[in-house]
Amino acid sequence: MTTTWFTVGLLTDIPRLSAKVVTVQGTAIAIFRTQTDDVFALEDRCPHKQGPLSQGIVHDKKVTCPLHGWVIDLHDGTALSPDEGCTPSYPIRISKGVIELGLARLDALARTI
Amino acid sequence: MIRPRLIVIGNGMAGIRTVEELLKLKPDLYDITVFGDEPYPNYNRIMLSPVLAKEQTIPDIILNDDAWYAEHNIALYKGVRVERIDRVKREVITQSGQAHPYDRVLIATGSRAFIPPLPGADLPGVVGFRSIADVDAMLAVCRVGGHAVVIGGGLLGLEAAAGLVTHGMHVTVLHRNGNVMDRQLDSAAGRILEKTLEAKGIVIRLNAHTSALKGTERVEAVVLKDGAQLPADLVVMAAGIRPNMDVAKNSGIYCESGIVVDDTLQTYDPKVYAVGECVQHRKACYGLVAPLFEQAKVCANHLAHYGIAKYIGSMTSTKLKVTGVDVFSAGEIAAQPHHEEIVLADAARGVYKKVLLNNNVVEGAVMVGDTLDGAWYFQLMRDKTDVTALREHLLFGQAHVGDSGHGAKARVASLPDSAEICGCNGVCKGDVVKAITELKLFTLDEVRAHTKASASCGSCTGLVEDLLASTLGGDYSAAPSVKPICSCTDATHDAVRAGIYRHELKTIRAIFEQFAWQTADGCAKCRPALNYYLLCAWPDTYQDDPQSRFINERVHANIQKDGTYSVIPRIWGGVTSPHELRAIADVAERYAIPTVKITGGQRIDLLGVKKEALPDVWRDLSAAGFVSGHGYAKALRTVKTCVGKEWCRFGTQDSTALGIRLEQLTWGSWMPHKFKIAVSGCPRNCAEATVKDLGVVCVDSGYELSVGGNAGIKVRVTDFLCKVATEEEVIEYTTAFIQMYREEAHYLDRTAPWIERVGLPYIQRRLIEDSAGRKALAERFTFSQQFFQIDPWLERSEGKDAHEFALPLELV
Ligand code: SRM
Ligand SMILES: Cc1cc2nc3c(=O)[nH]c(=O)nc-3n(C[C@H](O)[C@H](O)[C@H](O)COP(=O)(O)OP(=O)(O)OC[C@H]3O[C@@H](n4cnc5c(N)ncnc54)[C@H](O)[C@@H]3O)c2cc1C
Ligand code: SF4
Ligand code: FES
Repeated sequence: MTTTWFTVGLLTDIPRLSAKVVTVQGTAIAIFRTQTDDVFALEDRCPHKQGPLSQGIVHDKKVTCPLHGWVIDLHDGTALSPDEGCTPSYPIRISKGVIELGLARLDALARTI
Repeated sequence: MIRPRLIVIGNGMAGIRTVEELLKLKPDLYDITVFGDEPYPNYNRIMLSPVLAKEQTIPDIILNDDAWYAEHNIALYKGVRVERIDRVKREVITQSGQAHPYDRVLIATGSRAFIPPLPGADLPGVVGFRSIADVDAMLAVCRVGGHAVVIGGGLLGLEAAAGLVTHGMHVTVLHRNGNVMDRQLDSAAGRILEKTLEAKGIVIRLNAHTSALKGTERVEAVVLKDGAQLPADLVVMAAGIRPNMDVAKNSGIYCESGIVVDDTLQTYDPKVYAVGECVQHRKACYGLVAPLFEQAKVCANHLAHYGIAKYIGSMTSTKLKVTGVDVFSAGEIAAQPHHEEIVLADAARGVYKKVLLNNNVVEGAVMVGDTLDGAWYFQLMRDKTDVTALREHLLFGQAHVGDSGHGAKARVASLPDSAEICGCNGVCKGDVVKAITELKLFTLDEVRAHTKASASCGSCTGLVEDLLASTLGGDYSAAPSVKPICSCTDATHDAVRAGIYRHELKTIRAIFEQFAWQTADGCAKCRPALNYYLLCAWPDTYQDDPQSRFINERVHANIQKDGTYSVIPRIWGGVTSPHELRAIADVAERYAIPTVKITGGQRIDLLGVKKEALPDVWRDLSAAGFVSGHGYAKALRTVKTCVGKEWCRFGTQDSTALGIRLEQLTWGSWMPHKFKIAVSGCPRNCAEATVKDLGVVCVDSGYELSVGGNAGIKVRVTDFLCKVATEEEVIEYTTAFIQMYREEAHYLDRTAPWIERVGLPYIQRRLIEDSAGRKALAERFTFSQQFFQIDPWLERSEGKDAHEFALPLELV
């Protein structure tokens, strides 16, 4: 399946060590920016009890969930040991300061946007 | 890539703990090789006692199996003894003559049982109590009705004796001094312990001196100086331990009673480090794991090239691991002239407790029969808490000084496995014990991480610590005396706070640099603490870092489980008006707020507000005259009042007006944790002032001030501070107390645990005896208030931090 890239905004729209949310077909996707300007996208739902990860504290390439403090790896959405769980992650690329989110299921999405 | 080679000599508890700490810091720095002369992977030596007593098996006590070494690319040479280090060629030479080149060496050879030079000491059947091989040798001889003699009535000897008795052996302990465990216990405690052990069938002979061991093929008898002869199929030598220094000595490394190391665990050769029982640090050798684990941490820090940690020695405590026999000892045991002794002895129940005080600071504790409070005394001792205020209750234990919530649960060892330990996460005793034994957990943090017990509200922390102690037996759950802020650093709260002033650190990044933080951006635990410390130190210049605040403080509302927020407007002293109530009602209707609730703090909570709606809700509330109630904040929450003399027939002063005045003075100030005040109009105390961080009880002749109350997780009644005559004095004392708390408590300490740590007399000295100091504190508070008494809601409804509330990014 090919990935289609959608522009979601400028890197500078997101302060360092925080996140913003985009909603795609009812699914909230959190876009995180780290201290070193890496950007990651995860579904905005903690694998524990659905806490909004976008509201957590970002450190290094991880985010601590605001509800009960699970730590989630921004690369792939897995919970750090000893917690277990995973939240879906999405590819991101940045060109000239513009953040693009990669989505599969292109046809379905393209029709809705 | 060629990596520097690290060779570890000794595959025991201290050496491998150092490797584990090193792997945490720099997993790929070294090529690691480990030599151990025992034919096993790393195991928990402490647990040999339960193995001997058939309570555990060898597989139970393996800490790291062969797979672990493989997984971390560590070459393990089991059953290989190292002879010496060739420091010129930089090679480690094994007993069979093989040479292994190194860049760094870690000597962790531990110690061995001291075998007194007695005739017959080399006969088969004479063993030490140190290794799996020793336990195997004992078990091979054990049979019902057999005879065992244990030489030495110290900790190891008694544990050996108790283990052997469970096999149906006749066991005699020979001890040369006047009471058993005389290095840890005084004679009264020793006597009670002796009785308890005798009841288990162990014969104890005191002041007994062995002259020879007899036997032809094997040992058959022990001969005493007084001529007595005891039959023996087995003799266990538990007369002390001696550090293994052969490797160091053969290599010309300087040794005294142990291998001499400095505060970085380096020997006289900078390429050679040493940790564990084989070392001597600042004239002391240690024989318990807690200090060795501290050494391991520091040594790993240096091996990883961080070069900032320092080992400065440890305070130790001892527990005897004999099922059904409770013994605890820490610090000094015999009273010196400067000591004051407090003793409780109940021979009938087999309970003895003694605490030694020097200037009202605990310097030693000895307990037999009831050791539940051992950890507490040890804590008081390490923190040097002034216990004047606790004296009368000290021996009755912590349960008597306010830990009401869990008093009945306290006897944790006797609880069934199904007993719930952690109410927040529904974790039972069995789960915790299983995790400790199966996952080989050593510390509270590890138990928290793996079971979630005590990871939420923390009220069961004491229970979990007791479970660790009773499951592990050893005292190695004892937290090191210096607790770092979090796992990103070795720096303590106090060190960081002092460093902020000393080096004029003005940003979180500057602190990271000064203290060599080990993570790029810290974590959710340290960043909020550092942000607070900076803000408290530099109120006029520090730029708050919103990204280092928990979401509640970032958006000035409380996050709920569904991601919506709750908003609590400030209702000064709990007094409201039709106008205010109408405004709240309008807001609730206008924004379709689903729940409006009267809180436990005399205010009204609006629950279920969407994040995007927050600025509008605040704007409308601000317009009606409300400011933020900080229901989310580490700051002043509520000032609860009663109606007082204006209405009540018993009221002595205007408690309502005083409460409102206090609230208007103190709101907005950031603190280590939340802070609650109450003012009651008379000693009937309808505002519950005596469970608040600061309580005022009005009386006819003035105001009684008390501090350190808490009605939350662990109920604690306030300590009486002083009585004052005027409202002005109430304000001076209150603001001075708050400022002292702001400047000195650790982040997330409420006033109750803070006061328990530093002791009430310290607070009294600073606030009552030192009136100039009190005034200075109050002034610093007033100074900082000019920067913090700004309503965050008004600011944000006017557009501050707009990015927080801006509509989400959109796909384009
Ligand atoms: C709303 C309220 C319950 C209610 O419906 O009445 C409440 C709600 C919460 N309390 Fe409370 N506490 C409320 C009064 C109390 C009281 C009673 C009081 O203040 O007189 C106590 C015991 C008194 C005390 O603090 O000593 C209390 C002891 C706690 C504790 C335990 C604190 C402790 O040191 O032991 C926590 C946990 C914490 O702070 O870490 C807590 C934490 C919480 C949190 C913040 C939990 C959280 O993080 O989500 C709850 C926030 C709900 C929300 O979004 O509003 N709440 N909480 C009360 C708000 C009062 C207000 O007007 O601000
Ligand atoms: C029965 C028993 C009960 C105990 N109970 C407690 C307790 O309740 N609480 C507590 O805190 N402590 C207790 N201890 C003490 C604790 O086990 C030790 O403090 C700890 O194991 C010391 O760690 P170490 O690494 O320094 O030495 P060890 O764990 O002894 O490790 C050293 C290793 O190096 C090996 N070695 C030595 N020389 C060489 C060489 N030349 N070449 C290769 N290998 C070599 C040794 O064989 C050994 O395997 C107990 C000890 C025993 C024996
Ligand atoms: S409001 Fe307080 S007592 Fe009630 S569930 Fe929340 S934290 Fe627990
Ligand atoms: S919902 Fe994220 S930690 Fe519980």
